[in-house]
Amino acid sequence: MTDLAADLPVTAKPAPKQAAKLRRFFAAWPPAMLLALGWVLLMLVVALGADILAPYSFTAFDLKARLQTPIGMGGPWAHALGTDELGRDVLSRLIMSIRMSLLIAFFGTLIAATMGTTLGILAAHLRGRFEALVLVLIDFQASMPFMIIALAVLAFFGNDITLFVVLMGFHSWERYARIARGLTLSANEQGYAAAVRNLGAGSWRIYGSHVLPNIASTLIVSMTLTFPEIILLESGLSFLGLGVQPPLTSLGNMVGYGREYITRAPWIMLAPSAVIVLTTLSISMLGDWLRDRLDPTLR
Amino acid sequence: MTAPLLEARSLTRHFVVRQGSWPASHKALLRAVDGVSLSVGKGRTLGLVGESGCGKSTTGRLLLGLLDPTAGEVLFEGQPLAKAGSADWRRQRQLMQMVYQDPLGALDRRLKVAEQIGEALEIHHPEFSRSIHRDRVAAAIEAVGLQAHHADRYPHELSGGQRQRVVLARALILQPRLLVCDEPISALDVSIQAQVVNLLLDLQHSFGLTYVFISHDLKVVRQISHDVAVMYLGRIVEYGGAESLFHAPQHPYTQALLAAIPSVQQRGIARPTPLQGDPPDPAAPPSGCAFRTRCPRAVQICAEAMPALRETGGGRKVACHFVEPDAAAGLAAA
Repeated sequence: MTDLAADLPVTAKPAPKQAAKLRRFFAAWPPAMLLALGWVLLMLVVALGADILAPYSFTAFDLKARLQTPIGMGGPWAHALGTDELGRDVLSRLIMSIRMSLLIAFFGTLIAATMGTTLGILAAHLRGRFEALVLVLIDFQASMPFMIIALAVLAFFGNDITLFVVLMGFHSWERYARIARGLTLSANEQGYAAAVRNLGAGSWRIYGSHVLPNIASTLIVSMTLTFPEIILLESGLSFLGLGVQPPLTSLGNMVGYGREYITRAPWIMLAPSAVIVLTTLSISMLGDWLRDRLDPTLR
Repeated sequence: MTAPLLEARSLTRHFVVRQGSWPASHKALLRAVDGVSLSVGKGRTLGLVGESGCGKSTTGRLLLGLLDPTAGEVLFEGQPLAKAGSADWRRQRQLMQMVYQDPLGALDRRLKVAEQIGEALEIHHPEFSRSIHRDRVAAAIEAVGLQAHHADRYPHELSGGQRQRVVLARALILQPRLLVCDEPISALDVSIQAQVVNLLLDLQHSFGLTYVFISHDLKVVRQISHDVAVMYLGRIVEYGGAESLFHAPQHPYTQALLAAIPSVQQRGIARPTPLQGDPPDPAAPPSGCAFRTRCPRAVQICAEAMPALRETGGGRKVACHFVEPDAAAGLAAA
């Protein structure tokens, strides 16, 4: 009996230990999340290293190799994802499009989140007229489809990449403002923010180190919802020809362009569509998961 | 007992509220606190009792200067309260702290216990070195009867009583002289309530604290308080030493409140009937005595004149037309 007990750990221990380790690892990082995280990281690498990664210039014509099929459909390795009707390499264009779309979505989300959160917290802090003004602006924005606002702005002011990014930043700022205002009000009324103020803390400490970190998880989840929305909005506007203008290219721009060749050369459109779907899905999933991770009561 | 630590002089706080739905809405004046005067000596406990909505909590916040009074003033150690946010206000904050009804709500759930408690020090004594800071936090944790290992917990990992101890430790770390406890035990289990009350009594004994204890639990108020003020609709209707007030209540409202305490001992003895109905709308109080709508003894004069809070002997004060000044026997015998 004692011999057996002494023997067992030596032979049997390593395997369960490793399995448990693995199990713990996957409990903390579910496989679906790892995939999503991997995809988002890949997109970031592509966006950052677009110039190095793209095999051809995204505007280079190769008129002899027009509408070439991608590898899976019998095409040559020279153009892995095929070429479009002007003989431009789809892979190179896709890489540049990812950079452009992520750039727009990233800065758009950042602008919206910063502006919305600031206005929301200020409204809750100052109350009175300022709050009423912010609420009117929120209602104004929420009552109008943003697509219409965007179309109007682009039609009036023409198109320019800076203007376009700022415009995307106005998408859904009202959501952050509403969340931030509501949560700040409830924190100020009864609870930790009031308690810290009663201790004698100043506004910077209350909002900076208590209110903002506490509402951050909600705001971050909101950001992961807005990010895909902006990608889709940008795609929609570019599809309509009002977003990113040629010769620049974006995912939506490519989809809109590839639409004309959907029967003859579906790969022109399928590649950017797949990237849009996978990226938005990954970010949404990550946001959901992040919410749980950021909340100490759920850990 | 010469100069009281805390004194309130005809403290009044009115709120403007909107009543009714939109087209027919009108502004009304809600007299949450209406001419409350009281004083608390150093090391003593003043119990503030009354039904919900009678202005107890508002009074507590006015006393701490967390709310600006519409009229009247609060003196702390003989000095009027400083304007909120000023340097003097910050200095006074150290000496007067608040204990909350909902400890989980009053704590930042993202921060560990030690960080919560230490924050008060960070605000007022940023010059403290890390070791002094740690020692002070450890001392506060010990003073309220928590274990050292609780320091690394999050608020949601603690029980209700432990959370309230954390709130107390955060208040005590600045070595205050006055604690305003706003229903500190009503969110706790009965078994925990006794522990927290005993802790409050111990802390008062060892640190010479002064308490304003706001509660609707009369038994606890009787146990912890030296003096008791009974509030009804923003006014003090009866004031006196805890023992004499609970033993021989003079105001009909106090009598009714005491009659509402469940008890097993007094069966068969005639007791005043507990109160019926709700308190009247504080935005539209009845004329004369605010309590007359529910008072079993109300007569014509009660609707005409508001009774003043008058001395009735033995350090007691009552606001009722039926209680003769300096006639301590008064209603209690009747």
